[in-house]
Amino acid sequence: MALDVGGKSVETDEEGYLTNRDDWDEEVAKAIAVAEGLDMSNNHWDVVNFLREYYEEYQIAPAVRVLTKAIGKKLGKDKGNSKYLYELFPYGPAKQACKIAGLPKPTGCV
Amino acid sequence: MAADIQAPPLREYPTIPVIVENTMADSKPYMATPAHQESLGYPGELVDNWQDVAVKKLGELVSGSRALQVFLDTCVKCGACTDKCHYYLGTQDPNNMPVARQDLLRKVYRRYYTFAGKHFPKLVGAVDFDEEVRDQWYSYFHQCSQCRRCSVFCPYGIDTAEISMAGREILDVIGVGQKYCNEILGKVHVIGNNLGLPEPALVNTLEGLEEDIKDDTGVDVRVPVDEKNADVLLITPSADFFAEPHIDGLIGYAKVFHQAGISWTLSSYASEAANFSMFIGSKDNLKKVAMRIRDAALDLGVKRIVVGECGHAWRVAYNFWNTLIGPFDFLDPRYPAPQHICEVTYDLIQRGALRLNKEANDHRRITFHDSCNVARASRMGNMPGGQFLIPREIIKACANHFHDMSPETIHENTFCCGGGGGLLTDDLMKLRVRGALPRMEALAQVVQDNDVNTLIAICAICKTQFAKVLPYYKFQMDMITSLHQIVGDAIELDTTH
Repeated sequence: MALDVGGKSVETDEEGYLTNRDDWDEEVAKAIAVAEGLDMSNNHWDVVNFLREYYEEYQIAPAVRVLTKAIGKKLGKDKGNSKYLYELFPYGPAKQACKIAGLPKPTGCV
Repeated sequence: MAADIQAPPLREYPTIPVIVENTMADSKPYMATPAHQESLGYPGELVDNWQDVAVKKLGELVSGSRALQVFLDTCVKCGACTDKCHYYLGTQDPNNMPVARQDLLRKVYRRYYTFAGKHFPKLVGAVDFDEEVRDQWYSYFHQCSQCRRCSVFCPYGIDTAEISMAGREILDVIGVGQKYCNEILGKVHVIGNNLGLPEPALVNTLEGLEEDIKDDTGVDVRVPVDEKNADVLLITPSADFFAEPHIDGLIGYAKVFHQAGISWTLSSYASEAANFSMFIGSKDNLKKVAMRIRDAALDLGVKRIVVGECGHAWRVAYNFWNTLIGPFDFLDPRYPAPQHICEVTYDLIQRGALRLNKEANDHRRITFHDSCNVARASRMGNMPGGQFLIPREIIKACANHFHDMSPETIHENTFCCGGGGGLLTDDLMKLRVRGALPRMEALAQVVQDNDVNTLIAICAICKTQFAKVLPYYKFQMDMITSLHQIVGDAIELDTTH
C-alpha cells in the first residue's frame, strides 16, 4: 500500500504503518492523521514527539504507563492518564499514535 | 472503535440464531510475509506443489496423533456442538458451527486417507484439497479461538482446537501463514517476548513502575529483573509490562511477593509467558520458545518458576513444559513446577501471610471471566475444579462484592472472550466484536441484576480483547481489571522488608 503525501508516494503496510521509518516527516504524519480522521493539535504532537524520542533510545514504543507519566509531566497531571490519551487517539494511544509517529505497530497481547 | 463495525444487539433471552450463509466468508487475517515465515522455518510463500505438501503433512499429523485421527473419524453429526461456538452465535455463519469447521479438514482427510473417500468421494463428502478449500481453511481456521467449549458438549469429546491447530500447521508448511502469530513468534525467538521489548526498555519500564508504587504507597516494592539466585522466576505475558489493565496486575504480583518476603525476579531473556506456537500447532516452535524459560531458570539459579496471568501460557506450562523442557529436578520439590501466581497468592491467603483490606475494593462490584485455556485445559491447586475455585476465593478474600455470571457461561462452560487462539489482531476486529456477544450478554445480566462494574480476568488476551470490545457493547472500557490489581489494592504493605 502507499500513502500520497503532497504528490509523493510513501510506502506503508496493509494497516497503514510506514514500511520505512526514514520516510517519516511532519507532512507524512499529518497525512496519516488525516487518513485516521484526526486533526493534529499541539497535544497530539507532544505525544507523537515523545514516542519518537523514546523509540530512538529504546527501539520500541513506550509502555502505556511510561507514556502517561511523560505526558502528565509535560501537559499537567490531569492529562497524565490513558483516558486523556484515548480522547486524543480514539483507536488507542499505543497503536494509533505509533502509526502517526511512523513507528512499527506494537505486537502481542496488547 | 472502528466506525464500520457494529456489535450485534444484546438479546434478553439468548436463543439459537438462524443460519445466514457466508456472513464471514470474507474474514481473513493478513498473511505472514516471507521474512515472518522463514524465521519460523516455514517456506516464505506458497510452494509450487502445495497440494502434495499439504496432503503429505496431513498424513503425518494424523499418523502422529491418535487424538487427531479419532477426532476426524468419530463425528456422527449429532449436532450437539452446533450452537456452542461463540463465533457461530455472534456471526450466524454456519461454517462457524464446530462440526462444519471440523469438516473443512475432515473432508480432505477422507479424500486422501480413507477407503471410501479415495474410491467414492461424493458418497462420503470427500473433496480434493484445491484452492477453494485452501481459502476456506485460511478463513475459517482463523475464526476458531481454540477455546474448546464445543468439546465439552460433544459426546465423543472431539476437540475442534486440535483440528484448527492442524489446519494452521498445514497452511504454514505450504507457505500460507498468518501475520499476527508468525511475526510475534519471530520476535520471541530473537528478542524474547511478543512485543519485541529489548532489555534496556524492560529495565526502564520496571524502574518506572517501582517509582509509581513508591509514590502510591510510600513503600519500596521491588520489580526486579535478572537477579541471580532469587527464589522465584516469574514468567508473565509481556503485555503485563506494556498495557493496561495488565500492568496493574504486575504491580499486584510485586506486592504479593513483597508482603510474603519471597525473593523473585523477571528475566530479560525469557520475558514472555505466551507461546503462540500452540495456536499454529507447531511443536518445534513450541519447544524452542519454552526452552528460553528453562535456560533462564538455570542461568539465574532460581528454585521455583511461577507463571503470571496468561491463559494459554498456563496450558502450555501446566500440560507441556514437563515433557518439552523438563525435568525440573533443579527446582525446589516442595512447590509445584510450574506454579500459577494465583496458587501462590491463594496459598499465602490460606496461611494468613497477607493482610488484606477488603474495603479497599468496596467501589468495585465484581464478576469473573473464566479464561478458556485455564478453565478447560488445565487446573490449579490440588483439587478438581481448583482453577475455578482459586481465582474466586482470591477475589472474595480481597473484595466484598462478587457476583458470578450465569452458570452456563462460567467454569468449564465459559465463553471465550472472542480474541483467543491467535485472533487478537485488528484485522479480525469484526470477528472479535461479534464473537464477544455471548460473554457480553452474560455480563449485561449481572450488570443489570447486581450493578457489576468490574470484570476480572486472568489472561492477557482476554484483558486486551475486553478493553477493545466492551465499548462496542456500550460498557466502559476500564471495567476490565486484572485479578492481581484488586489483590494489590487490598494488600496492606509492610515497610520492614
